[in-house]
Amino acid sequence: MGRYLAQRAGMAGLTLFLLSIIVFVAGQVKPLLVQYWDWISGIPRGDLGFSYQYRAPVSSFLFPALGQSLKLAAVAFVIVVPLSILGGVVAALYRGRTADRVISTTGFSLSTVPEFVSGIVLIVVFAVQLQVLPVSAAAPPGSGLFTQLRYLLLPAIPLVFVLFGYIARMARASTVEALESDYVRTAALKGLPQRVVIFRHVLRNSMLPTITVVATQMGYLIGGLVVTETLFNYPGLGRLIYDAGNQKDFPMLEAGVLVIGAVYLTATLLADMITPLLNPRVRLQGAE
Amino acid sequence: MTMIEPAKGPDALEIEHLDVAYRVRGVDQPTLRDVGFHIGRHESFGLVGESGCGKSTTALAISRYLPRNGRITAGHISVGGRDLMSMGREELRLLRARSISMVYQEPMRALNPSIRVGRQVAEVFEILGAGKGEARERAEAALRTVQIADPGRVMRAYPHQLSGGMLQRVVIAMAIAVDPTLLILDEPTTALDATVEAEVLDLVAGLRAQFGTAVLVISHNLAVIAKVCDRVGVMYAGQIVEQGPVDQVFSDPRHPYTVGLLRCVPRRGQRKDLHRLDTIPGFLPRPEEAQVGCVYATRCGLADDRCRTARPPVVDLGSGRTSQCFKTDQARELPWVTSQELATAAKRRFDEPLIRIKHASKTYPGPHGERVHALVDVDLEVFPGETLGIVGESGCGKSTLARVLVGLTAPDAGSVVEIAGRQAGPVAAKRTPEELRLLQIVFQNPDSALNRRHSVRRIITRALIKFARLRGGERERRVEEIVGSVRMEPRHLPMRPAQLSGGLKQRVAIARAFAGSPSVLVCDEPTSALDVSVQAAVLNLLVDLQEREDVAYVFISHDLGVVRYLADRIVVLYLGWIMEYGPAESVFAGPHHPYTEALLSAVPTIEATGPERIRLEGEIPSPANPPPGCVFHTRCSRRLSDGTCETIVPAFREIQPGKFVRCHLPVEQTGPA
Repeated sequence: MGRYLAQRAGMAGLTLFLLSIIVFVAGQVKPLLVQYWDWISGIPRGDLGFSYQYRAPVSSFLFPALGQSLKLAAVAFVIVVPLSILGGVVAALYRGRTADRVISTTGFSLSTVPEFVSGIVLIVVFAVQLQVLPVSAAAPPGSGLFTQLRYLLLPAIPLVFVLFGYIARMARASTVEALESDYVRTAALKGLPQRVVIFRHVLRNSMLPTITVVATQMGYLIGGLVVTETLFNYPGLGRLIYDAGNQKDFPMLEAGVLVIGAVYLTATLLADMITPLLNPRVRLQGAE
Repeated sequence: MTMIEPAKGPDALEIEHLDVAYRVRGVDQPTLRDVGFHIGRHESFGLVGESGCGKSTTALAISRYLPRNGRITAGHISVGGRDLMSMGREELRLLRARSISMVYQEPMRALNPSIRVGRQVAEVFEILGAGKGEARERAEAALRTVQIADPGRVMRAYPHQLSGGMLQRVVIAMAIAVDPTLLILDEPTTALDATVEAEVLDLVAGLRAQFGTAVLVISHNLAVIAKVCDRVGVMYAGQIVEQGPVDQVFSDPRHPYTVGLLRCVPRRGQRKDLHRLDTIPGFLPRPEEAQVGCVYATRCGLADDRCRTARPPVVDLGSGRTSQCFKTDQARELPWVTSQELATAAKRRFDEPLIRIKHASKTYPGPHGERVHALVDVDLEVFPGETLGIVGESGCGKSTLARVLVGLTAPDAGSVVEIAGRQAGPVAAKRTPEELRLLQIVFQNPDSALNRRHSVRRIITRALIKFARLRGGERERRVEEIVGSVRMEPRHLPMRPAQLSGGLKQRVAIARAFAGSPSVLVCDEPTSALDVSVQAAVLNLLVDLQEREDVAYVFISHDLGVVRYLADRIVVLYLGWIMEYGPAESVFAGPHHPYTEALLSAVPTIEATGPERIRLEGEIPSPANPPPGCVFHTRCSRRLSDGTCETIVPAFREIQPGKFVRCHLPVEQTGPA
């Protein structure tokens, strides 16, 4: 840390005297563990630290950026969840047939393409060639909901690609399991129409593990925004962390990672809270 | 003048020349071949045979619900005179809704886990056009028909909140609710305890008397078929090899397979020192094997060149009997496969016990802080060379007892487990190598008990290293000797468990247990997962090994027929308590505890006559909240009227030399009546 500061100070042509003042004020003469304690004990008080880069409290940048990221993630989610569940269920219903092969292969292929590849391809095709969507993700300030959505569409698609394969695979697996279960046989042999069998007996049970997966993916998504936001120049959390990393703005970096962890935790907690609502076996455990 | 004939409708089910194939890796594998039988109105027909013979495929073909790779390749099925083969999807749906119902092997899995039971039963009526309210009312009435005491509570419950027997009643209620033309019961009691099985079979018989529904019963259990069916078809390798009235087929079988099957099952009165069980050599032909000649020829002791080259005709034996065999007259002279030489008089010594358990209890903490009493104050002894049978319904503590014995579960403090006269550690990790060697275990499911990645040689070698401390050539010789002693061949040594059949896997598990020459072998339902012919082979093997190695068995089984055949002494457990303990003959002959009496009377037999059924009231109480006084009083038919049974725990009394009963009743008032 000292060497790093000295390097920066030397570049700026500061005198040793000035440097020592900065070091003292920034608290960077203390041992690492103590510095860490100072930082972490500030968090419960709402003090996430002070950005080196912006010379301002981290939180004044972090939370607006988190809001922006959540907006982008939400758009991606609204697209990917219904699409991938539908894809997975259709693949399960036609398992082994062409529809299944197409959906499964597409899902696998898309999820292996990194966001920076699919993102660039999308930009080239839709923004540069066809010019139907804007290159940048950030809508001009004060624009309405529809314009904002239009700007968010392109950056959301690489995220959709990455998640589609995974969620569709889960949905397919759990739907196949339900379809081949004894209780679905019971329902079909009762003479229920196929539509009722699928909606009432299959989906109800197959969506349970899928929803859990979806909720945990929410956390993954927020963490995975770094590439997309940088690529599309979107002022979100990922971008903030990327910049902080480049600028060696440690307090910002630390706080950003912490927030992602918190989002991940919340998403998983949410998943655990939804499970008993859907599954009476968990909800009524020992309640009889 | 013309005779007035009784109005005859079409048969409930007609199957003719049915062929079904499963497509496996692009190749059609014929699974059913030329299956044909009829079920008349009000008739009950049984299909019996070992696993893989095509029983369930037949049932699924009838409801046109074959797995996706299955296909009816030829033949004709009609239900109530209506041709199933030409039906479109909607017609088929209505047929399922109105005319065919099915009850399955595992009631726990047959109902949707996330929908309330009442809703699932009501659906049956909604399909037929009833409104929601009416459907609910009719669902409740249907549950009452199957003698569910509190239908309101059951309607509101989710499947996981009900017992297996209760769920099977629910499934039966759904099945008979619409008064179907044909009711298919696919192994309806296989997953249930003997007492619950008896109740379900009684229920089916009662409902048949009430509604006159035609029934197709599928079971591997000959006794279940004997109990509920009028006629039976014996299936082997996708064919019906013999069919006819049940009593005739079982008393005078005319196909070598039926003969073999009947000789595999331990009958009432058969004991290891008096009778040998027969087995069926070889294995089912694989479906892809080309079939020339009789399907059974490779395993049949009567087969000659004609059997191997020409397919035998279906011989009409009169009175509705057929047998697909060239030698229907000689079938009963089928030579025995196992030698009839009996085990010599057992060398059981009742002087010094090998194992002594005193005051053994096991209490598990329940999910809500309550205490679940799995085993309560159990005292027992195992003597050298004897077989101690342990019987009781599921949840009675049989497996906990096995686990406590071998040290997989630590008993509560104060429990005493003595091995060879010395107090042994509560868990295996605290026992000496010698104690571990003396006491080995064979589990129910060899699939999960054997390491899938190890070869047979490695599995047995490891046990030898650990317990016999042998090296080099001596160890190699011993491995081959042990494998030979369980009637396996050296060619099996490099194989992994996945390459072996269920019976062979169980032999490997037994060989492993025998590697260290134990004195006591705990067998926890060792044959429950096996077919009857394989079970017979394993039982014979256990008897032979016992005679040769002088080992004692603690044999746990829910199958009283098997326990009766094998055991010298028997322990009857109920809710973790020993209810009765004594020599096998006297436990079976009585006088016995009212619970033993009910348990014995519940077991169906191939012979038509059995003791009169003693019905147990209600369900087994929860071991977390056992009844006060005698734990059995809530279901006892001989309960004393003065309230003693409800308040005072009965003492363990020696009513005959060596025979103990935990009951307040004076000896002369206990069964048999």
